[in-house]
Amino acid sequence: MQKIGVFVCWCGSNIAATVDVEAVAEAVKNEPGVVFSANYQYMCSAAGQKLIQDAIHEHHLTGIVVCSCSPRMHEATFRKTAESAGLNPYMVEIANIREQCSWIHKDKEEATAKAIVLAKAAISKLRNDTPLQAGTSAVTKRCLVIGGGIAGIQTALDVADAGYEVDIVEQRPTIGGRMAQLDKTFPTLDCAACILTPKMVEASQNEKINIISYAKVEKVSGFVGSFKATIRKKARFVDETKCTGCSLCTTKCPSRKGKNEFNMNLDNRGAIYIPFAQAIPNVAVIDPEQCIKLKTGKCGLCEKVCSAGAINYKQEDELIEREYGAIVVATGFKPIDPSPLNEFGYADNADVVTSLEFERLMNAAGPTKGTLLRPSDGKHPKTIVFIQCVGSRCEENTKRGKPYCSKICCMYTAKHAMLVREKYPDTDVHVFYIDVRTPGKNFDEFYRRAAEQYGVDYIKGMVGKVAKEGDKLMVQGSDLINNEQVHIAADMVVLATAIEPDPTARSIGTMLTASMDTNDFFTEAHPKLRPVESPTAGIFLSGVAQGPKDIPETVAQAGAAASKVIGLLAKDHLVTNPCVAQSNELMCNGCSQCEKVCPYGAITYVEKEVRGPGVREVRRVAQVNPAVCQGCGACTVTCPSGAMDLKGFSNKQILAEVDAICRW
Amino acid sequence: MQLMNEGTVARVVGWEKGEGECDWTPALFESVQEMDGFVYGDYAGANLSKYCVKMNKAEGKTLVVLKPCDTLSFRQLIHEHRLNRDNFYLIGAGCKGMKDESGLLLKCKTCKGKDFEIFDEIIDDEESKQPTAIMDRMEGVTALENETAQERFDFWRNELSRCIRCNACRNVCPACTCEKCVFDNPASSVASKAPVTDFEENVFHIIRAFHVAGRCTDCGECSRVCPQHIPLHLLNRKFIKDMNELYGEYQAGVGEEERTPMTTYTKTDAEPSIVRERGNA
Repeated sequence: MQKIGVFVCWCGSNIAATVDVEAVAEAVKNEPGVVFSANYQYMCSAAGQKLIQDAIHEHHLTGIVVCSCSPRMHEATFRKTAESAGLNPYMVEIANIREQCSWIHKDKEEATAKAIVLAKAAISKLRNDTPLQAGTSAVTKRCLVIGGGIAGIQTALDVADAGYEVDIVEQRPTIGGRMAQLDKTFPTLDCAACILTPKMVEASQNEKINIISYAKVEKVSGFVGSFKATIRKKARFVDETKCTGCSLCTTKCPSRKGKNEFNMNLDNRGAIYIPFAQAIPNVAVIDPEQCIKLKTGKCGLCEKVCSAGAINYKQEDELIEREYGAIVVATGFKPIDPSPLNEFGYADNADVVTSLEFERLMNAAGPTKGTLLRPSDGKHPKTIVFIQCVGSRCEENTKRGKPYCSKICCMYTAKHAMLVREKYPDTDVHVFYIDVRTPGKNFDEFYRRAAEQYGVDYIKGMVGKVAKEGDKLMVQGSDLINNEQVHIAADMVVLATAIEPDPTARSIGTMLTASMDTNDFFTEAHPKLRPVESPTAGIFLSGVAQGPKDIPETVAQAGAAASKVIGLLAKDHLVTNPCVAQSNELMCNGCSQCEKVCPYGAITYVEKEVRGPGVREVRRVAQVNPAVCQGCGACTVTCPSGAMDLKGFSNKQILAEVDAICRW
Repeated sequence: MQLMNEGTVARVVGWEKGEGECDWTPALFESVQEMDGFVYGDYAGANLSKYCVKMNKAEGKTLVVLKPCDTLSFRQLIHEHRLNRDNFYLIGAGCKGMKDESGLLLKCKTCKGKDFEIFDEIIDDEESKQPTAIMDRMEGVTALENETAQERFDFWRNELSRCIRCNACRNVCPACTCEKCVFDNPASSVASKAPVTDFEENVFHIIRAFHVAGRCTDCGECSRVCPQHIPLHLLNRKFIKDMNELYGEYQAGVGEEERTPMTTYTKTDAEPSIVRERGNA
C-alpha cells in the first residue's frame, strides 16, 4: 500500500477565494492510502516546497498529490521537490484545481466539491503509479530554418555565429523574402535592399550556413534534438555549381509571358530568370510552365548562350534527408488578396494597387525603375488616395478579412505618403484611416512629420466606394471629424492590405505538430514568457509566422529564437520523457494498427519468440522505440487487445481516475 | 482431394452436415477418408476465414473453401498479419445465396457481390454469378437513424436485454482474433463473468463494435450465430455507413491497401465538430 501525502495550495486567493482549501484537505484525509494532508498559501514557494519535503521524510511518503495549478505550470517544480526529498519524480500527481476549477467557477460550494473530486481522482491515479526512470537522447547539432526572409536569415546568422550548422530552406529561388521587395523602411527611410542584401551575402558566405533555395520541407519526423527532415529541392534546370549569374540567358529568353512574382506581377519576366539583381544564390532558374524548350522541345536558346554550360533541361527534383536538433519556423507572410472587397475595385482597376505593389512601383529596381507611374497608362498620378485597414480589424467570421490589426500598415502608409510628397511635391496625397497606430521608437514622430511637415491629408473615416470615371478613380468616403461625405477624384488608390501567414504555414504546422491559431499564425509556448518557442519541443518561431510585426521586431525575435536554439544545441543530451508506450508481447496480435496511427514512427515489428504461461512460439509483435515515442497515446487507444499501454498514463490509471470521478 | 493426395495440402477446412437438415457446421478434414463428410451447398453459410488463424501455425498448407464474401475476411486477416497467404490454398466457391431453416440468410439478402477478392482456384457456375441481394444493405441503419435518440436507445436496450453473453458473436467474428481478448483479460478492467448491472452486456456489444470498426467486412456472422436473434450487424453497419460518408467509400478486406479510414489521418478528414453535429442529429 502506498503512503500518499496530499498538498492543497491556495495560490494566494486564486484558488482559496473560490475553493475551501481546508475542506479539500480534510475531505481527502481518509481516502485509501492517504496518510497526510495539508494546505498552504503558496505551495510552489520555498516554504511550501519545504513543507512537502518535510512531510515526505516524516511520514515516509511513497507518493504525493499536489492540488494546485495546471501541471503545465508547476508539475516540473513539484517533481523536483519530490526528487530532492528522495522520491521518484514520477510519483507526483497534480490535481488542477485552479484553471479547471477555481478560475471557472463562481459558487464556492460547487467549486469545493469539484476540487475534492479532482483531488480524489489524482489520488486514485497515484495509487496505480509506478516509479519511472527518465532516459537520455542525443542532440543533433544542426538547425533547420524554414524560410529565408529577414527572420530566417537573422536566426541562421546568429545560430551559425555560435558555431552550429544551419540549413535555410527557402521555397523561392532566392532568399531575401518580403523585405527584399520593399523600397524604403520606416521610420528611418533607409533603403531595404541596402541593409538586407549585405545580410544575404553574409549568410551565403558563412561556412556554417547552407542555403537550400527553391525547395520545400516535405516531411519531418522525430522529436526535439533528433528531427529528421526530407527536403525537396525543385529542379531549377540550371546547375547551381556552374551558373555564374551573368544573366545573359535571361535577356535572350524569347518567352516573355511569365509574370514577375518579385515585382508583384506588375511586369513580365523570361522563362529563365534571376528574381532580382542581388539574388542569393545568384543563379538563374527556369520556369517549366513558361519554358518553350521544356514544353515543346524546341528553342534551347539559353543553353546556347550559356558559356558556363549550366543549363540542364533534364534536371530533376532532388530529395535531401537530414537530421536536425532544432527547427525554426520563419515562414513569413503575404498580403491578402483584396479582390473580394468589392468596394475598393481592386479586381477591376489597374490603378487600384496594394501597398506591396506600390513598393515595387516606387523601387528603383522595380518595373518603372523607381519613377511613380500608374499601371494603366504609365502617367504620373497627381492625386493619390491611401486606404488603411483594408482587410484588417474585420469582424470575426466574415469573409471580408482578418480580425487582427496587421500592425505595420499605419507606418508604411505614412512612409509611402511621405515619399510621394517628397519626390513629387505637386501630388496630392490623402489617407483614409480608422485609427493611426504608432507605438514604437520614433514612430509617432514619423507619422506626425508626414501629416504636419509633408502635408499629407489624413482623413478619419473609411472609404465606401471606389469607381472608375473616365481616367479618374472616384473615391467616396466619410470624414468622421467633419461629419461629411468626401469625394476625391484620384489617379491612383493604394490599399494598405492586411497581411496573412504564408499559405505554406498550415501544412508546415501540421508536419511539425506545432499548434497554430485560427488565423494560421503559429502559437507560442507562452504568450508572454515563452514567445519564441512553439509548445512542441524543439520548434522555434521567428518573424511574422508567429504574428504581424515590423522589421526591427522581427530581427529581435529572430535573435531570440536563435538564442533558444543555441541553448538547445549546446546540450549533448536531453532528458527524455519516461511516459512512453510499451507493448505487452504476450497480448500483441502483430496487427500493425498501432504502427499505422503512430505519428512519430516509433513503432516497429519483429518476429520474436514469445514466452508466457502456456505460450512459447514465434510471433510478430510490436516494439516501441522509447527515444522516438512522445507518449501521445494514439497507439494505446487503437490497440484492440490492450497490449499497448502508456507508462505514467496507463489504461488502469486513467480508468481509476474516471472511477473516482464517477463515484462522486 | 487430389491436392491432398498429391501432398499439396495437408488439410481442408470446409463444412460437414450437422444434426439438423439445415445446420451444416465448419469442419476440419485431415485425410482423404475424412473428406467423405465434406459438403458444400445451400447451408454452407459459415465464414471459414476465422478458422484459418489457428491453421496458420500448422505444418503444411491448408485448403480453405471461401465464398465471395468470405474472401474479404480472409484478405482483411492478411492485412492484419494474422494470416500468411503462403500457408493456404484457397478455393473460391460460387454462392447462390446461403440459407437456413427459414430461407435466405439475412447477410445474403444484402449480398455485397459475387467477386472473389483472393483465391487460387474458383469453382462456380453461371447461376452462382447472379446477384442475390434483394434489399439495401443500409436499410436497417437508415431506419434507425431516422428515429430520435430516445427511440434508438430504447431499441438497443430492448434488443440487447436478450443477450445471454454466450460470446458466440465474438467467437465467430473474423475480426476478433486477439491473442488475448480484453473480455477474457482480468487486467483489462472490462472483463467480468457475472454482470454487475443490466448495462454490462450493452457495454460488451458497444466495445466490440468499436474494436472491429474499420476492420469489419460486414460478413454478417455475428447476427447469424446469435441464439437470441439480436441484430448485431446493425451496429457494425452504422460504423461502416458513417465511415463511408465521412471518409469516402471503404470496404474492409479489399485490395492491397492496408490503411483503413480509422487508422489513417488525412488533411481532408472530417473535423470532430462535424462528427458531433451528425451524432446529435
